[in-house]
Amino acid sequence: MLITLEKRPTPSRGWAIATPVLAVILTMIAGGVMFALLGKNPVEAIRTIFWDPLFNPDVASYSRPQLLVKAAPLILIATGLSLGFRAGIWNIGAEGQYIMGAICGAAAGLALYPLEARWIVFPLMILAGALGGLLWAMIPAILRTRFRTNEILVSLLLVYVAQALMASMALGALRNPEGGGFPGSRNLSQWPAAANGELVANTGLHWGVIAAILAVIAAEFLLRRHILGFDIRLTGLAPRAARFAGVNPDRLILLCMGISGALAGLAGLFEVAGPAGQISIDFASGYGFTAIIVAFLGRLSPVGILLAGLLMALTYIGGELAQFMLSLPSAAIQAFQGMLLFFLLAVDVLSNYRIRLATKGAA
Amino acid sequence: MLGGINLATLIASLMVAAVPILMAATGELVAEKAGVLNLGVEGMMIIGAVCGLVAAVHSGSPALGFLAAAAAGAALSLVFALLTQVFLANQVATGLALTLFGLGLSSLIGQGYVGVKPPPTGRLEIPGLSDMPVLGPILFHHDVWVYLSIAMVAVVAAVLRRTRAGLILRAVGENHDAAHALGYKVTRVRLLAILFGGAMAGLGGAYVSLVRVPQWTDGITAGAGWIALAIVVFASWKPWRVLIGAYLFGGISVLQLNLQAAGARIPVEYLAMSPYVVTILVLVLISAERGGRGGNAPAALGRNFHAAR
Repeated sequence: MLITLEKRPTPSRGWAIATPVLAVILTMIAGGVMFALLGKNPVEAIRTIFWDPLFNPDVASYSRPQLLVKAAPLILIATGLSLGFRAGIWNIGAEGQYIMGAICGAAAGLALYPLEARWIVFPLMILAGALGGLLWAMIPAILRTRFRTNEILVSLLLVYVAQALMASMALGALRNPEGGGFPGSRNLSQWPAAANGELVANTGLHWGVIAAILAVIAAEFLLRRHILGFDIRLTGLAPRAARFAGVNPDRLILLCMGISGALAGLAGLFEVAGPAGQISIDFASGYGFTAIIVAFLGRLSPVGILLAGLLMALTYIGGELAQFMLSLPSAAIQAFQGMLLFFLLAVDVLSNYRIRLATKGAA
Repeated sequence: MLGGINLATLIASLMVAAVPILMAATGELVAEKAGVLNLGVEGMMIIGAVCGLVAAVHSGSPALGFLAAAAAGAALSLVFALLTQVFLANQVATGLALTLFGLGLSSLIGQGYVGVKPPPTGRLEIPGLSDMPVLGPILFHHDVWVYLSIAMVAVVAAVLRRTRAGLILRAVGENHDAAHALGYKVTRVRLLAILFGGAMAGLGGAYVSLVRVPQWTDGITAGAGWIALAIVVFASWKPWRVLIGAYLFGGISVLQLNLQAAGARIPVEYLAMSPYVVTILVLVLISAERGGRGGNAPAALGRNFHAAR
């Protein structure tokens, strides 16, 4: 007997929904093995990560609101990335655009310090944040359209540049003049005109969450009803056909990179003005990279990304909890998230191919 | 002399600084020549870095450390091979997954080893040559890996160009359907090329943690894997140009470190970002010069092979 793969004419719809679930289950099993190797009770570890943050009465009151706080940047960034990924445009430097959004947004706000007019300061910061991410993403986009430079490498290398810029801002231009020489900017979350605080107490709902939901709705509309969404899907499925149909590939690159950059920038701004509070050397937390996993786990569809973002946020919170309660190392959860993407990519073969058993020689 | 920086030491240290990227880029070049785009170089390097250090610390032998690093890099690349060659997953996404997973796993393995010093890797004293004035300290005062990395470039160049195996590998990378029709095992050739790339990336990572730094910290490779990928593009997929690219990059990173130490008036952060900025600029120059023709890239690069029967 021989196992062969037979390409499906179109990807299976049933498997497309089932594979992410299957991947999560496989990751839990493999993760359990990893936790057991680390000398932890695997069942307890998995329960601490996936169950306790939501349903354990001792911690849920703290960790439930955190779910939205962590999910918002992931969903915002992943929604933007998914548009490009669908069209074969690989912006993998969202982390850099996220940092630049935070820097530009915070700088715009701090320039007006200590103005009290929130209706001027906060919208201006949002605008500057989106613009910062957008412009940072335009670097690989324009280099790609103008010189055919590989956008994967340029966008990724720019992450390291953005991280260095972040350090220089925290130590130099944006340092809190009243901070006693410590690195880091003024705390934006303690300045009412600029703070991105909780809108409803104890829910974790802040403006970033609202932006994420709006982004998901807009992306869903774009893909279903708008010509740009059609162009994106067509380019992803058949690049040559798209060109013959009149899709301008350069325009698509600029749009997809621009949208994903602006959304990543927004995520950075909402983070720096709210949960993080200030520009600091260790501001970057890897949301831009985790969002890549979220985008794939959500099958590059906006609603899927919404669910995947919540699940990934849960692993962050559960990971912190497991670190605290089981002294599970924080790096374990990062490896766990990476594993999830592996399993997802592996089981995806089921939606694109049929598994056939063939007797040897018959082929 | 450049503001108190000695040119001889500069050249000698750039040869050392270039080794990790040179190794990783040579390995990636072979994989890409076979038509496989593995973006997981950074992940394989850092796994090599941590496994090499752990093995060297426990065995007391740096050589065993390097061996373990090569094995670890190859083992991680095997995951990539399984996903892209058997499960036919997208190569870009799988490569990214490899990097994300590698970064997490490495800091998991390395948590008990932060700041631990590995046993030193000895320098190779070549009687006569090492004592030569000027050239001696520049060329003949290094550890064995500096020479081995150059030798690997020569071997790869010769194998790709002059042997039957090299010809088959290139054929698979240029047109996998034609190679398959001729009876070559496309998947097997690619699997071997991926494993070679993984082992080389592992060695490059181990050179960072065992010789260049030498100790373990999280994220120790700091983007070297991505720069190795860029250098393959810069080199137009030609082995000897990989050597030039790696030394060019090594020169820049050594120069900026020397400028930092010499107390240049440029802020440290801007010096630290310069290697990445220069890499981007070089990529742009190369692609602009080619005028968008894709240069010398293997025609089947990044495309998966599925034998339709």
